[in-house]
Amino acid sequence: MFKSLIKNSRAKSPWIMHFDCGSCNGCDIEVLACLTPLYDVERFGVVNVGNPKHADVLLVTGTVNHRNKKVLKNLYDQMPEPKAVIAIGACGATGGVFRDAYNVVGGVDKVIPVDVYVPGCPAKPEAIIDGVVEGLKKFQQKVEQAG
Amino acid sequence: MARTVIPFGPQHPVLPEPIHLKLVVEDEIVKEAVPALGYVHRGLEMLVAKRDYHQMIQVCERVCGICSMIHAVCYSQTIEEMMGIEVPKRAQVLRVIWSELHRMHSHLLWLGLFADAFGFEALFMQIWKIRERILDINEATAGNRVIVSVNVIGGVRADLNPEQRDWIESELKIIEKELKEIQSTVLNDYTVKARTVGKGILTYEQAWELGAAGPTLRGSGVKSDMRMLKYGGYKLLDFEPVVETAGDSWARAAVRFREVLQSIDLVRQAIAKIPRGDRDLAAKVKGNPEGEAFMRVEQPRGECVYYIKASGKKNLDRMRIRTPTFANVPPLLAMVPNCELADVPVIVLSIDPCISCTER
Amino acid sequence: MTRDNLVSEVMNMKNEGCRFVTMSTVLTAEDAVDVLYHFEKDFEVTHLRLADQPLAEPVPSISGVYFCAMLAENELRDLFGMRFTGLVLDFNRTLFLDEEVTTVPLVNNCKITPTN
Repeated sequence: MFKSLIKNSRAKSPWIMHFDCGSCNGCDIEVLACLTPLYDVERFGVVNVGNPKHADVLLVTGTVNHRNKKVLKNLYDQMPEPKAVIAIGACGATGGVFRDAYNVVGGVDKVIPVDVYVPGCPAKPEAIIDGVVEGLKKFQQKVEQAG
Repeated sequence: MARTVIPFGPQHPVLPEPIHLKLVVEDEIVKEAVPALGYVHRGLEMLVAKRDYHQMIQVCERVCGICSMIHAVCYSQTIEEMMGIEVPKRAQVLRVIWSELHRMHSHLLWLGLFADAFGFEALFMQIWKIRERILDINEATAGNRVIVSVNVIGGVRADLNPEQRDWIESELKIIEKELKEIQSTVLNDYTVKARTVGKGILTYEQAWELGAAGPTLRGSGVKSDMRMLKYGGYKLLDFEPVVETAGDSWARAAVRFREVLQSIDLVRQAIAKIPRGDRDLAAKVKGNPEGEAFMRVEQPRGECVYYIKASGKKNLDRMRIRTPTFANVPPLLAMVPNCELADVPVIVLSIDPCISCTER
Repeated sequence: MTRDNLVSEVMNMKNEGCRFVTMSTVLTAEDAVDVLYHFEKDFEVTHLRLADQPLAEPVPSISGVYFCAMLAENELRDLFGMRFTGLVLDFNRTLFLDEEVTTVPLVNNCKITPTN
């Protein structure tokens, strides 16, 4: 009974952490805009936290470079299981407009497994919220599997 | 007294972007700060070898998503100067309008984050609510909220029709009214003053010698604003830079807040200056750029410098970007010593760091 | 301007009350660059040019005169593999790039061997 309560609340009130991984800021400010009064994702129980050990869902914006890939891997490893990763924007998916630059490794999926890709350059808040909802479905499946 | 090194960042709750500072502390007092950058470095300057000079506009816009319009203006002005292109007056005025809208949304974004850094979340939400109106204007006029992509070399690609102009004016009235309502909170509230007054002082001499830029420089009493160069459409507008003299975090916040109100005024002036009749949006561009050019414009965070060298090919030889935060990091290192550890986030934010600009 | 009188020229600029804006470099040959120093006073920009500087030879650092040149010089160290003597804060090619990157980005066909 208590276990199922926790299981339910994890999927119904996910805590997200946002990591900027070499993006141009366009996607970051849209992620933040999701938290502010116009879009207000907190009404769905989504809380933005700064500590990876509290987080269920990782939002990553931007391309991966040689220096921050270690930070990204480190943050991902610190998050408790089960967890979901959402890559935001064209850069998070493939490297976007920067993919030819020398210090760009590529999309987020080169370093950690990604569950949902949100398109757009920059992605709109509506699209980000959509992506989070999509990610939560996968997250719920993972919670079920973990039992 | 034993010295301890405390790492600050790269992932930190108050920082939207990764910057790493090594803080050398004695007890609670910070004695020294050493920056470590490179978490957002992509290598944009080298992309000139792979993209032609028209495509580079899209890359320049993505140097920084917050002040993208102004990067694009600076880049196209540099190329236009090299090629001797006369930009139509209408395009110059429209560039001013979108640039100032960007400045407003950038300053409001920063004021919100700044309020959040010292725990004033209600103010953060209030300011970001006002900011959404500006993003709505961007979306309605250019088709995108943040990166508007209206610039092309030789002009702009979008126009404002009379209904849009009237609507922008009415929105600006609402924004101005809402800003006036929170003005006394931002500038005089006890909580705000307790966390900002006297924190992170940068004197006039230090600011000049360390090459600070933008509100960081003007907050220390230096009257320096690149818009005084009267580039582009600014030569048609009345403009007096905002200067504060205290040099602390509060002064820098006050400069930015007053600049938002000033930008509202500039947008109004620019809308009135849109030429009637003449509907030319962009000049024809022929050939390839050749030579060297150096251009400075004022971004929300300060002076932005582009240096371009080209040799008559489709691809440029070299593009060098010096962004305002790059200039503001040395002053930051001068502000941090002898402050308390708990004030570090506020002081770091007070220069309005834009790391993706800094590292490109 | 030459390498020998670089620091004294920059010192003159500082005594005149100029603000350091930035430094730029541009490749002029396979292994030589023009180094440009930009200064500002009363909205007038002055450029100093150190022409055809071979990449292999170290340039005297001006960070002792203008501390803020430290970041720009470290950046050029990263991007062009240039060397500066007397840098006040030397990141040794790791300001922007990570240790595991062994190419010099803006110079073709040039690799660096890691040094400690």
